[in-house]
Amino acid sequence: MSQLVASWGGYPAVKQSITACTWRAETAKQIMTQQQSHASTLAFGNGRSYGDSCLAASHHALGMNTLNRFITVDWQQGLVTAEAGVTLADILRIAIPNGWFLAVTPGTQFVTLGGAIANDVHGKNHHVRGTFGCHVEQFGLLRQEQMLNCSAQENPELFSATIGGLGLTGIITWATIRLIPIQSAHIDCKTVRFNNLDEFFELSNTLDAQHEYSVAWIDCLAAGKQTGRGVFMMGDHAQYGDLQHKTAAKLSVPLTPPVSLINTYSLRAFNHLYWHKHPKKLTVTRSDYEPFFYPLDRILHWNRIYGRKGFQQYQCVIPENTAADAIKELLQCIAKSGRGSFLAVLKRCGDIASPGLLSFPMAGTSLALDFAHDAKLQTELFQTLDNIVHHAGGRLYPAKDAHMRATDFQQAYPGWQRLEQLRDPAMQSLFWQRVTR
Amino acid sequence: MKRILVIGATSAIATACCRLWAEQGHEFFLVARDAEKLQQTAQDLEARGAKSVNSFTMDVLDTPQHALMLQQCISTHRQIDIALVAHGTLPDQTACEQDAELALQEFSINGSSVISLLSLLAEQFTLQRCGSLAVISSVAGDRGRPSNYLYGSAKAAVSAFCEGLHARLFKIGVHVITIKPGFVDTPMTQGLTLPKVLVVPPEYVAKQIVSAINNKKAVLYTPRFWALIMLIIRSIPNFIFKRLNL
Repeated sequence: MSQLVASWGGYPAVKQSITACTWRAETAKQIMTQQQSHASTLAFGNGRSYGDSCLAASHHALGMNTLNRFITVDWQQGLVTAEAGVTLADILRIAIPNGWFLAVTPGTQFVTLGGAIANDVHGKNHHVRGTFGCHVEQFGLLRQEQMLNCSAQENPELFSATIGGLGLTGIITWATIRLIPIQSAHIDCKTVRFNNLDEFFELSNTLDAQHEYSVAWIDCLAAGKQTGRGVFMMGDHAQYGDLQHKTAAKLSVPLTPPVSLINTYSLRAFNHLYWHKHPKKLTVTRSDYEPFFYPLDRILHWNRIYGRKGFQQYQCVIPENTAADAIKELLQCIAKSGRGSFLAVLKRCGDIASPGLLSFPMAGTSLALDFAHDAKLQTELFQTLDNIVHHAGGRLYPAKDAHMRATDFQQAYPGWQRLEQLRDPAMQSLFWQRVTR
Repeated sequence: MKRILVIGATSAIATACCRLWAEQGHEFFLVARDAEKLQQTAQDLEARGAKSVNSFTMDVLDTPQHALMLQQCISTHRQIDIALVAHGTLPDQTACEQDAELALQEFSINGSSVISLLSLLAEQFTLQRCGSLAVISSVAGDRGRPSNYLYGSAKAAVSAFCEGLHARLFKIGVHVITIKPGFVDTPMTQGLTLPKVLVVPPEYVAKQIVSAINNKKAVLYTPRFWALIMLIIRSIPNFIFKRLNL
């Protein structure tokens, strides 16, 4: 059955038709067919990209989540080779009982392996492990009817361009990634609340180096002296405990309400309660890995709460030397607008270089939060935020983006022209058309 | 640990069932027509925790191979705890109407070959006096509809055969289950325009199949609402039914 899909944010409101890829050997022919009838196509994984980077310019994409077989696993060395449509959840399911974990995981386990590479995703341990691409040994790239093995040694240029390459260099059909060993499926957590942004940076300076994982929730509506107040969370894989893989029961948002359920009032109430719920003093707890890494995965279709118009995520990273001022300015603008999301995340990124040509993270601080979409969002608030990011020398995350200006993109990602040269002519996304104009 | 024989192992529903079984560390004997796809499926199950996976390449239309395949399965695993017969195609109804040869071939794939395999398997299970024989038929076999009656007639043959076999083998402790899936999102249905609310992923169907085999059900409609839909379709009087384009 061909189905229609949209991106995670539901904006732009574009539905695409999907042709499912099921076998590696048949994918080349499917690309050709798409190219002949629609000029170009694009790999579509599990649809967790927020904006238009996962949408084919031709509106005819190839569905990769059915290409989801494991190929080999090596539990001695912690190497997994799998087809590109395998999700990170699939990998964890078989890796954890064998004492291994993903070296890098984003905030959802429902992304595909191919998607994680194409967006060079990062996680709460960016300061110690870098991006997902840093742990990719090799992958198979199907490009112009050729199946190429890509690694740091073999086809190194395509290897680099494909990591964070937004699916434009061809179709990743399989990949080998390195895992990290764990002793238990549990996470030792530490939580402490902070009163403002300066306190965040102080905590981050002293605590980040001591922990594998660190991230902060911030109250995006707090203003004045309390700008940037929030909760600092750290974690490490527990040394003791069992290696049982457990999946918590999932809740689901059954339908899309006509309007967003997130507004200034609900948000202010939520944030107030959440901040006060957390202790002033540093508290030590233990958590299963799922609620620690993937709190939102508990609620299936959570993206529906933003209503029929969808939502946009704003995620930027600001370089170290300008971060403190720029993040404060961004938060002040957001608080003034009274908009934002319950889940707003601040994360200090480290300086480990990614092999990716167009990788998003850089040494500095990253801020991410969602906004229910409406017509004024882009012309008013996002314009102001973009200017702040631009002047601070920061950049936005293509995987989350649906609005970035072409000039900002081209300045922030100088490698874009090289990627355009290496692009497989059969691949084109709405995002790429928009930012390379 | 169970020893599981799967015929049509590269089909989406069979694969989804096998993945659930693989996590429990069972042994597999996989049969399919395409050696490369079979090997990829076997590797996947090994990685997911299967204790061992053996494969046999066979086209179900090659009837003399059936006995050979079963012989090899038995010599490898000694006994079969679950046999899942899952192979099939979705024939082009219009093409079959114009080409009797094609119609017979499609009937052989979806009907006759299953009867041949089940007859051989029944012998083995009679010998064993234990085990489950699971057969994927279809809701299409419940009534011959104008849009799909060649496929429907083959599946009707399979369903009736299974019903009889169930009653025969029940007496000696062997379980036979007829599985009747509705619309499942698989490569077989790619390209069809189906009502979206009725279509489920193969993983959904697989979960129900695996648990129905455990619970020794005789007939499984999956998803379950198809039992109701088919009850209604079967109850439509002929003078109305013949005017519909179901």
